[in-house]
Amino acid sequence: MNKLNFLSPDKNNLYAYLYSGIGLFSLSILIVFLNSFFSLDLTSFLPGTISYFLPLIIGFTGLHLIRIEYSGIKFLDIINKNINTNKFNALLSLLIIFAVIKSLPPLLSWFIIDANFAGDSKDACSGSGACWAYIKTWFNRFMYGMYPNAEQWRINLSFIALAFLGGVGFFATEKFKKYLTLYYVIIYPIIAFLFIFFFISGGPIFFDFSYGIIAAVISIIIGFFIPSKFKMYYFLIIPITIYILLKYVFFYEELIELGKIQAFEWVETGAWGGLSLTFIVSFFCLIFCFPVGLFLSLGRRSDLPIIKYISIGFIEFWRGVPLITVLFMSSVMFPMFLPEDMFIDKLVRVIIAISLFEAAYVAEVIRGGLQALPRGQYDAAKSLGMGYWKMHIFVILPQALKLVIPGIANTFLALVKDTPLIFVVGLLEIVGMLNLAKTNPEWLGFAMEGYVFASIVFFIICYAMSKYSYNLEQKYKTER
Amino acid sequence: MNFKKILPQLLTLVVVILVFGFFSYNAQVNMENRGITFGYGFLSQESSFDVQFSLIEYDGSHSYFRAYLVGLLNTILVSVIGIVFATIIGVVVGIARLSNNYLIERTAAIYVEFFRNIPLLLQIFFWYFAALRALPLPEKAEPIFGVFFLTIKGFFVPAFVWNNLDIFIYSVIAAIISIVFVRLYAKKKQENQGIQTPVLSISIGLLIILPLLSFLLGGVNASVEIPVIEQLSQTSFTFKGGLKLPPELISLALALSLYTATFIAECVRAGVQGVSKGQKEAAASIGLTPNQVLKLVVMPQALRIIIPPTTNQYLNLTKNSSLAAAIAYPDLVLVFAGTALMQTGRAIEIVSITMLTYLTLSITISIFMNWYNKKIAIKEK
Repeated sequence: MNKLNFLSPDKNNLYAYLYSGIGLFSLSILIVFLNSFFSLDLTSFLPGTISYFLPLIIGFTGLHLIRIEYSGIKFLDIINKNINTNKFNALLSLLIIFAVIKSLPPLLSWFIIDANFAGDSKDACSGSGACWAYIKTWFNRFMYGMYPNAEQWRINLSFIALAFLGGVGFFATEKFKKYLTLYYVIIYPIIAFLFIFFFISGGPIFFDFSYGIIAAVISIIIGFFIPSKFKMYYFLIIPITIYILLKYVFFYEELIELGKIQAFEWVETGAWGGLSLTFIVSFFCLIFCFPVGLFLSLGRRSDLPIIKYISIGFIEFWRGVPLITVLFMSSVMFPMFLPEDMFIDKLVRVIIAISLFEAAYVAEVIRGGLQALPRGQYDAAKSLGMGYWKMHIFVILPQALKLVIPGIANTFLALVKDTPLIFVVGLLEIVGMLNLAKTNPEWLGFAMEGYVFASIVFFIICYAMSKYSYNLEQKYKTER
Repeated sequence: MNFKKILPQLLTLVVVILVFGFFSYNAQVNMENRGITFGYGFLSQESSFDVQFSLIEYDGSHSYFRAYLVGLLNTILVSVIGIVFATIIGVVVGIARLSNNYLIERTAAIYVEFFRNIPLLLQIFFWYFAALRALPLPEKAEPIFGVFFLTIKGFFVPAFVWNNLDIFIYSVIAAIISIVFVRLYAKKKQENQGIQTPVLSISIGLLIILPLLSFLLGGVNASVEIPVIEQLSQTSFTFKGGLKLPPELISLALALSLYTATFIAECVRAGVQGVSKGQKEAAASIGLTPNQVLKLVVMPQALRIIIPPTTNQYLNLTKNSSLAAAIAYPDLVLVFAGTALMQTGRAIEIVSITMLTYLTLSITISIFMNWYNKKIAIKEK
């Protein structure tokens, strides 16, 4: 038997160190655990300060004893390598473990054990925990804002339909894959716009929406018989023609008749709100800011001086001001710039403002990608006789956009997080609704629950987006 | 120059001019109809509104321009506080994310993921309406170390009462200037003779000794004023003396620094990871100590990666401080683009001044950053 030296544990007498170390370490955790979960103080016989620090000292000694390099025990080596490399790390690890154990009981009791789930009025919430009944009662408002309850299926249906149409890309067969870009960049946004503008907004213009659907279906069916050479021109012209024909020629008389029938109730944009408004605003801004940003970034790198300096001025202007002043501008200053009889809905103004604002950021991100491409790519494309647009569409942009996927995803994430700012113009999405609910005299004093709820919702959305963008980045990563 | 190059430029120019012309024509017509004349003369008029919290002397009898200054100073105040704390938290968390301790790395990662993915406005509301509202009323506040009082009406902390404050400030400035000279001298000495001077200890010494001299010789003295509770009426209490930090300022600074720190942490992590392993190994192999490796090889290269995005984050923080308007912290947007605009109705002038202020700020910083980037960029042949 070798001599035991507790100051410097080594491989001899491994088990003596191991058992005493693990014993001390477990003891320290047990003390803290009992203290925080059952309010039992095992060390109360000691004077205050020592009793307070005792678990830390015991645990630290325990970790010191099991800090044996190359012990040959796999479990011990993993622990030593990850949380116990030296004295400082051991101390920090212990502090973190204790902090987690200490903070679990209050959090658990607030979130679950003492919380109230049932009931539909303030009186139901008497405990010291959270009042989830508040969230339950207001859930509808947090999701749909002031949108009439009876009409909310329209929002649900639109979102489900749009999600379904958006998911089409995953099921496309090889034959249709080449049209997917066209679909996502042009057709899908148009359908989405029609849905939201005509369906969620409602009113007599709903019939326009049905004309749009009919026009789209007819033109797609005929589209199959058109030779591919003319397909692009066909899809640019025919759907709009059919739409106009339907609206102004075939059904014009009927429209007046139909107008008398009770169509969908018109819901003004001021009544929209809640999480659905967050989605609507971020969705449209996302769609609009990307092409604008793309053109701005191309403009900024253009050889033509006027276009270049206009782009630079535009980008730097929007990047230099806070979004809140942009929204202020759109609400108080912009109406001054319009003819007196012209009125633009405030939701539309907000969407335009945020889109232009984010477009400047997107432009800078894409410019980074364009700059990262080696000159050889440009020269090679030019030497093949490609013009400016051909070169960019087929050679430069596909490579540059792949490079900037993370940056663009970050910008979109920032966009989603910026949507609550629309409270400035009086539109209430989920955070705005929370503030409204908070001031309701029947439900005073539940601010915390509301904010925690909204934080969780936003966290889920943004975290999912960032993980998705990470996957996308991995998928399109190509060696060059 | 050919036709193909001139046409698109001409078209763009015409479109831009038309849009601007359309807007300014409408603006003129609208203003004529409402009987407003365009001009910045209103800035010298009496503002006749009060501001809750102000760094300079201000009340309703001062001009609108002074209100603008009050707002601007408040914006700068909260930005500086936010930047200082965001940097401290960000650097610590960024280094923690590189730790080989699994628990520390995870804790830092959870912090970053959590605070980064929640809208800043929501965080500001959370601190202001939920967290700080849970604090006690002034009369029930427990003092921390006997001098700090955290109450629902704000934080009350001891204030220094200075005599001859200007001499003290001059001494600090003198210390900073002499440090710059010491650094220059040390660098020159190292280049000429290869001798290293302990710059850090000399700098710290100067920073302590010179202000200390101002106390001993310059007649500077400071006394501490501790806040004392005072009864205003039967149920209303407040603290007298000391410094009052309003809850708006605290929640705004807290939210801004916790939110921005996550981004700074990522910058720091990326910067340190960006220095290739070969650099450290090469430095160690020529006999530098670990401290020297960090100071002379890793940090200069890491800083080159860290500083540009971090400055961007500082700029974002400054711009984000305009969210103050949501919780009624009297910053530039609230005081000037809010209250002053309501009173004067001069939308175009006021919004343009506000935007120009922010624009000047960001363009100045980005010009400085471009200059700095060029200076520290690796000079390739």
